[in-house]
Amino acid sequence: MRALLLVLLLLLAPRAFAVEPSERLADPALEARARSITAELRCLVCQNESVDESGADLAHDIRVLVRDRLKAGDTNAQARQAVVDRYGQFVLLRPRVEPATYVLWFAPVALLVVGFGATVVWLRGRPASIAAPSPLDDAERTRLDAMLREDASLPAVPVPTRDSQPALAQDGEA
Amino acid sequence: MIAELGHFALILALFVAIVQASVPLIGAARRHAGWMAVGRTCALVEFGLIALAMAALMHAYVTSDFSVANVYENSHTDKPLLYKLTGVWGNHEGSMLLWVFMLSLCAAAVAVFSDNLPPALRARVLAVQGMIGVGFLLFILFTSNPFLRLWPAPPNGRGLNPVLQDPGLAFHPPFLYLGYVGFSVAFAFAVAALIEGRVDAAWARWVRPWTLASWCALTIGIAMGSWWAYYTLGWGGWWFWDPVENASFMPWLVGTALIHSSIVVEKRDTLKSWTILLAIITFSLSLVGTFLVRSGVLTSVHAFATDPTRGTFILLLLLVAIGGSLTLYAVRAPALKGGGLFAPISREGALVLNNLLLSCGCATVFLGTLYPLFLDAVGGPKLSVGFPFFNRTFAPLMVPMVIAVGVGPMLAWKRGDLLGALQRLWVAYIATAVTLLVAFYVTYGGPVLAVLGLGLAAWLGSAVLVEFAERIRLFRLPLADSFHRAIHLPRSAYGMTIAHFGLAVSVAGFAASAFAQEAIEVLRPGESLHIAAYTLTLQKVERMPGPNYTADDASVQITRDGTQIAVVHPQRRFFPLQQQTTGETAIRTNLLADLYVALGDGDAEGNWTVRAYWKPLVPWIWIGAVIMAFGGLVSLSDRRWRVGVAARARRAPAGAMPAPGE
Repeated sequence: MRALLLVLLLLLAPRAFAVEPSERLADPALEARARSITAELRCLVCQNESVDESGADLAHDIRVLVRDRLKAGDTNAQARQAVVDRYGQFVLLRPRVEPATYVLWFAPVALLVVGFGATVVWLRGRPASIAAPSPLDDAERTRLDAMLREDASLPAVPVPTRDSQPALAQDGEA
Repeated sequence: MIAELGHFALILALFVAIVQASVPLIGAARRHAGWMAVGRTCALVEFGLIALAMAALMHAYVTSDFSVANVYENSHTDKPLLYKLTGVWGNHEGSMLLWVFMLSLCAAAVAVFSDNLPPALRARVLAVQGMIGVGFLLFILFTSNPFLRLWPAPPNGRGLNPVLQDPGLAFHPPFLYLGYVGFSVAFAFAVAALIEGRVDAAWARWVRPWTLASWCALTIGIAMGSWWAYYTLGWGGWWFWDPVENASFMPWLVGTALIHSSIVVEKRDTLKSWTILLAIITFSLSLVGTFLVRSGVLTSVHAFATDPTRGTFILLLLLVAIGGSLTLYAVRAPALKGGGLFAPISREGALVLNNLLLSCGCATVFLGTLYPLFLDAVGGPKLSVGFPFFNRTFAPLMVPMVIAVGVGPMLAWKRGDLLGALQRLWVAYIATAVTLLVAFYVTYGGPVLAVLGLGLAAWLGSAVLVEFAERIRLFRLPLADSFHRAIHLPRSAYGMTIAHFGLAVSVAGFAASAFAQEAIEVLRPGESLHIAAYTLTLQKVERMPGPNYTADDASVQITRDGTQIAVVHPQRRFFPLQQQTTGETAIRTNLLADLYVALGDGDAEGNWTVRAYWKPLVPWIWIGAVIMAFGGLVSLSDRRWRVGVAARARRAPAGAMPAPGE
């Protein structure tokens, strides 16, 4: 019955990993916590697999270590620290936010802000002539009419209106 | 004998490449037509020579000539023919040869299809291609020669890593390399333009098809790699943010930005120097990617030191190629004056946003991939940067990106009407809201972020369809007129719609993978486990011989509500030569969800670990990638790119060509 319950619970588990059935803890809540920890630990002997995904013996040892610590009443942080104490910071797939990793964690945001700022400065720095074309004055309108009359033999060119904008945009593509 | 022929062909190719890199360049500077024309001949001859070398190496593999060290180390007589052939690029030396082969293929293609290029530009482009060829041929001949002999010849080879003996992975490197190397054409065009000091709409029109083609190949290559990981690794992961994966993903990200920014150069004659920079960066990242993967530097900085010649050569080559082109850029780019002006809210503005977000995304991936190396090199702590980092940094950058992809194409060039575009997208709001509500209801209690991801996919998918409907004025004009418009839309417009829709499909797959369910049980034959709405019964496990392995083949019956759906056969394969076991998963898909079954270890009493996963929408990840690449191909088939079409159209009477959209 308990096994069935466990299966049902695992069906609801949001993520999928490759732990061995024999390692699983009887308490589903504790097991879920264990997996949330081991998913973010690196298997040290594989290329780039988490402890949960790896079939290596070392990964098995770490999975058991985390579960033993949790059974002994450790918090998630304490269990994680126990693994770090034994295997070093390298085991953490999510590097801690500390002075050595400030650049890593904050550079993406900084880049976006700087990039956005640079774009704004660049856009502002250009002559803003197309922002709003000034309407034609009377003299210009007379000249335009005269030109249009002269060219009456040519087929009429549709004047772009707001409604026809999608049609004009036709030209664009992937 | 044949291996020596290949070896000599490669040496000869080096000398041809040296001529190709220098003579046309001088010819272009002195306006000497004959010297410029040398480039074309050289490119074709070089292609022939490297093809010969490639054929020689393939011959050595097919005939299992173990006196060639490379064949001895990576092949075996028992290996199936397909893997003997693909084993050619399953190792460092062979893959480098494949790389220059692709490079010479691209250069030959430029030589053949460049009748409408100005001779000076063509000469310079081919010369730059020649320079890249020189660098790589030197690298191969001096540090990674695949034709070195062994004496006495060993009786049999060591065989290929069983994990690589897979059809998906057999064709993954050629596609990837075609993508990487294809970007060398854009790079060569960029450098040639910097030398000439001229970038115009015509330049962009020449570069775009090459960039698009490489992008399509890279998309397929990456998707293949990811799909391979999915069905091979036995638990259904499809992307690991592994440095090797990131190495291919970075050129893809910047290449995507390049495709979009070159549209602006072509249509609006602006963003020129940025586009040139992107072309340089895209290829530089392809180079960095190739070398990072191949040099072993990623596993550890110290792997670099185990083979100092190779490592130093790589660094030197990167320095010359990237440093040289960037220096040239710094000197010449200020001379490139942008032409067309545009308001921030416009198609151009949207494409700038696309470039900004994609570049930041790429920089994030770059940082995450190389930071541990960097920290290690400066004596900092040894740490890992894994998927949790990328999920927290890269994913948030891509959310505004995907939202903007829905709106951008609705904006007009020069000055767009954002409010109008947002109003016209009302159908997309409804589709998104309905998707969100239904997904939230169905997966109640599950991961909320994944529900939002599905909403994002619905937004993009419906916005793409709305944009297409707007283009053909669906329901605003009589259907026949809309149909007429749809027929006369340029292929490139279809390409955009298809590719963006593919992205939506993939995003749905990414998001929904969070809803996966698993069941891992130890079963005896006859016992079953339950997952999603299915019952999986292990019927039997049989031992079966394979060509170069023995397999434990499980028969797993899948039933739903008591009716049998299928019997699948996950396997464990033991390769005696390498003393290695690999898993062969069985995937039953209905295109909406995968049922994924893997066979684990068995014991003497006949107990087998069976891992089963139910993965909704996961096949959409690759379906979406294929749709994206197909969109690229459709765009590539646009009549504008075809050789001479533009010239012929100009000569034809104006009325003969249907004005787009009218």
